[in-house]
Amino acid sequence: MKMITAVIKPHKLDDVRAALAEEGVSGVTVTEVKGYGRQKGHTELYRGAEYNVEFLPKLKLEIAVTDEQVERVMDSIARTASSGKIGDGKIFVTDLDAVMRIRTREMDADAL
Amino acid sequence: MRVAIFSRGAATWVAGCLLLGLGVPIAALAQTAPVLNSGDTAWMLTATALVLLMCIPGLALFYAGLVRSKNVLSVMMQCFAITALITVLWTAYGYSLAFDTTGMVAGETNVNSFIGTLNKSFFAGLTRDSLVLGIPESVFATFQLTFAIITPALIVGAFAERMRFAALLAFIAGWFTLSYLPIAHMVWSGPGGFLWDLGVIDFAGGTVVHINAGIAGLVACLVLGKRRGYPTSAMPPHNLTYALIGASLLWVGWFGFNAGSAVAANGSAGMAMLVTQIATAAAALAWMFAEWVVHRKPSVLGVASGAVAGLVAITPASGSCGPAGALAIGAAAGIVCFLASTKLKRALGYDDSLDVFGVHAVGGIVGAILTGVFAAASLGGAGLPEGVTISAQLGKQLIGVLVTVAYSALVTYVVLKVVGLITPLRASDDEESEGLDLALHNERGYSL
Repeated sequence: MKMITAVIKPHKLDDVRAALAEEGVSGVTVTEVKGYGRQKGHTELYRGAEYNVEFLPKLKLEIAVTDEQVERVMDSIARTASSGKIGDGKIFVTDLDAVMRIRTREMDADAL
Repeated sequence: MRVAIFSRGAATWVAGCLLLGLGVPIAALAQTAPVLNSGDTAWMLTATALVLLMCIPGLALFYAGLVRSKNVLSVMMQCFAITALITVLWTAYGYSLAFDTTGMVAGETNVNSFIGTLNKSFFAGLTRDSLVLGIPESVFATFQLTFAIITPALIVGAFAERMRFAALLAFIAGWFTLSYLPIAHMVWSGPGGFLWDLGVIDFAGGTVVHINAGIAGLVACLVLGKRRGYPTSAMPPHNLTYALIGASLLWVGWFGFNAGSAVAANGSAGMAMLVTQIATAAAALAWMFAEWVVHRKPSVLGVASGAVAGLVAITPASGSCGPAGALAIGAAAGIVCFLASTKLKRALGYDDSLDVFGVHAVGGIVGAILTGVFAAASLGGAGLPEGVTISAQLGKQLIGVLVTVAYSALVTYVVLKVVGLITPLRASDDEESEGLDLALHNERGYSL
């Protein structure tokens, strides 16, 4: 099993969510985050006072999947979250040791 | 024609001079039995409500939107508490010291040219039948109270996000007593008042309210010192929608402020309303375009600040200038206040958090001086008193400005120093970084 962590532009969430459903992904955790990458930030100006906003708002999606799903899920996220411009985000994949559904105590693939 | 004994309006002041010039003894005029004018009274009841609306919630929202979210309640609390505090002080002695005319003699400078007596403390002698200028004295006193409320409330923007609440209350009480009341008396109490007799035209409060509060703001922010982290760390406004709503309420309420200062429902009030609207619009556009050119983008904060600058600048002129003069005054105020609040503030490095000095003092001074120009009949104004040239009137306006600046600066400094001996003026570093809402009031503005 793998944990896919995707950082995307906030307004892409609905498209990504629909694509994930098509791939049979049954659960996603979404967190509002801030950060910077190549996009850097932007400046704001209030009565002549200039502020550099270095951390931009993004959404972090955490998706636990089986090994067979990884490539197709990564592909659908990349396809739907892309605008072709700098700042579209990144996808990280890490190993996942175990999963348990709390209500039934089912483990691993059964718990996804 | 109404007798200009008690009026605060320049137009009625001019009328009073003309009557004197015709040789009508003022004592004889004063003996004319006063009659209640229900039209004037209805308008002044309304205008009073409009001016109160300027402070709560207008100014409170304007300031609340401009601070960081951890201090949103502190500035709202300050505006609201000042409204209550000044009302009580006005009842106890404020109205009397500002508007009691005992001992005042036209053209003679004595102690009562500077301050009233305590004869009207707790509204002594005020009954349902008391009349001032054809309206109930109760309405006149409440109308004047709303000006006394908003003036000290304007100052809080200068030291927002760092002053302790207890020190604020003490400072406001002292400043109201020693700066607002004497200057209001000198300008508005009638013949015998120091600046009234000088012939300074201040229809609705350019000196008394805006220069007075703006200078107090500058001195106070210098005495208190900068906010921690200013100007290196970001302190952006937390909710410009509040600020825009607040500026809009100020704009609407200002019709009560300026048109109400005619103390009548007449042509002077109508013209005050028109020129107020024109100057405000001109200043909003001027600031917006100046910012667009200099900073490349027109901003919500800019257009709203410009509107406030225009409202400030037209205030002293609203009883005497015409529509063309209003356009000029507004445009000048928009550009000058933009430069003062951005370039001048950066250059001098003082931390006037919400630009009380840059908008109210600078806008007030621009307005007070240009009042002397655009009152002239040749420039579409109501006309200067008989025999007074534009340059002579400019001199009088300048004296009015200088007296107010010097007096307000001195009183603000002394009151802050005295209050500072009794209780610390500033919140501690920890309180400031935690935010005054939690640190001083045990509350937060948003539990989202």
